[in-house]
Amino acid sequence: MNSRLILHTASRVLQQLRHDRRSVALVMFVPTLLLVILNYVFYDNFALYNSVAPLLLGLVPFTIMFIITSVAMLRERTSGTLERLLVSKLSRLDIILGYAVAFALLAFLQSALASFVVLFLFNVVVAGDVAVLLLIAVISGITGMALGLFFSAFAKNEFQAVQFMPAFVLPQYLACGLFIARDQMVDALYYASNFMPLSYIVEAMRSIQLSESMTGELAKDMIILFSFTIVSLIAGALTLRTD
Amino acid sequence: MNAIEIKNVSLQIDADFILNNIEVVIKKGKITGLLGPSGAGKTTLYKSILGLRKITSGDIQVFGKTSGDKSLHENVGYMTQSPSIYFDLTVAENLKYFSQISGAPKGQINELIDVVGLGHRKHTVIKNLSGGEKTRVSLITAMLGDPDILLLDEPTVGLDPVLRETLWSLFKDYVKNGKTIVVTSHIMDEADNCDDIIFIRDGELIAHGSKKDILKLGHAKSMEKAFLHLARGENKQ
Repeated sequence: MNSRLILHTASRVLQQLRHDRRSVALVMFVPTLLLVILNYVFYDNFALYNSVAPLLLGLVPFTIMFIITSVAMLRERTSGTLERLLVSKLSRLDIILGYAVAFALLAFLQSALASFVVLFLFNVVVAGDVAVLLLIAVISGITGMALGLFFSAFAKNEFQAVQFMPAFVLPQYLACGLFIARDQMVDALYYASNFMPLSYIVEAMRSIQLSESMTGELAKDMIILFSFTIVSLIAGALTLRTD
Repeated sequence: MNAIEIKNVSLQIDADFILNNIEVVIKKGKITGLLGPSGAGKTTLYKSILGLRKITSGDIQVFGKTSGDKSLHENVGYMTQSPSIYFDLTVAENLKYFSQISGAPKGQINELIDVVGLGHRKHTVIKNLSGGEKTRVSLITAMLGDPDILLLDEPTVGLDPVLRETLWSLFKDYVKNGKTIVVTSHIMDEADNCDDIIFIRDGELIAHGSKKDILKLGHAKSMEKAFLHLARGENKQ
């Protein structure tokens, strides 16, 4: 692992994004726009918006980062540039971490904008620290990005890569505790949800909503999410392949 | 000294042999032409040398190290057949990145850009370049850092004769410093610029030697005719 090469790769990925302003605009503003729309959906029921919006602040970065990183890495593979990188000084982990650093920055900006709108324009109230909420949203984006990088190894084209979202992310939306408490689901689904990162994002966001201080439960959720990220990045590096 | 030693290398996919028992030595300090028609196995042989394709049997040594050895990545430059560069970045941005990851000295980018005649396109986004210009950018990325071996996959295809001559002169200067270049082509006339020739067809080695050796072996006055002669197996009689 070479930190200099990781930063050069991150800088190159960001440069590519700079040339694609439309994509950057979509990544930055779509989550915020969704939360604005949701505000008007629950216009007469602020209490409900207040309870759902922080959860979505955690879930949306995961979903968007999952899609864009899996497509970005797939593009690297199908264009032949990955092959060139693999015969350079870069290691597989350098390539993956280069992407991770670039998209983590994007996840931070995306979450910061969405959080600002929800917390300061729509006055959503959380008991916990806003900085911790933002941190969870960023960790969520990074976890989604890491899993997206890993899953891209199994896609042969963009069409397949995009299909991993409904196949892998949407079931997590159903079982992560967003609609119903996880312990009220059938046992099989409850146990399965223990292996889903979105379950811990929802749990962590609920902790921030309800508790002023950093609880042991919240710390545990953050450690689990961090572990998901590390394992996914290593798995992504191990499964990185050329066609 | 040998740069690359390929010993009884085969690569089989299902029942098909993409490479079939190839045995050849590529000498250091020379330009070797790896010639053969499309689908002959030239690119697959390159990828096997680089460790990007797993061979079914045999052994490939590059400067005495097994192919794919990470320490070789600093010594081998690879130019792919279709330009493997970032189409959404400019020429300068691409070269800056590839120079950073190859540890090329400062100033080498400008030097190479001028040699291949792309000085005026430095700030153009790759997708707006012509096919030949993209090929030249891809070639520069392989040459950055002055690797000891350059594996170039069809570097002169689609270029005008003047530019082709410029590139061959660049390659000839490059090997003067003891570096090695392997160039693939499906155009037999390209052999005129090479020191050694390897003929390959359907994954099999047809002939290997100097230009003089090949012409003699193929009982011909041109490489095209020598290839046809050797490919038909007429020298075996």
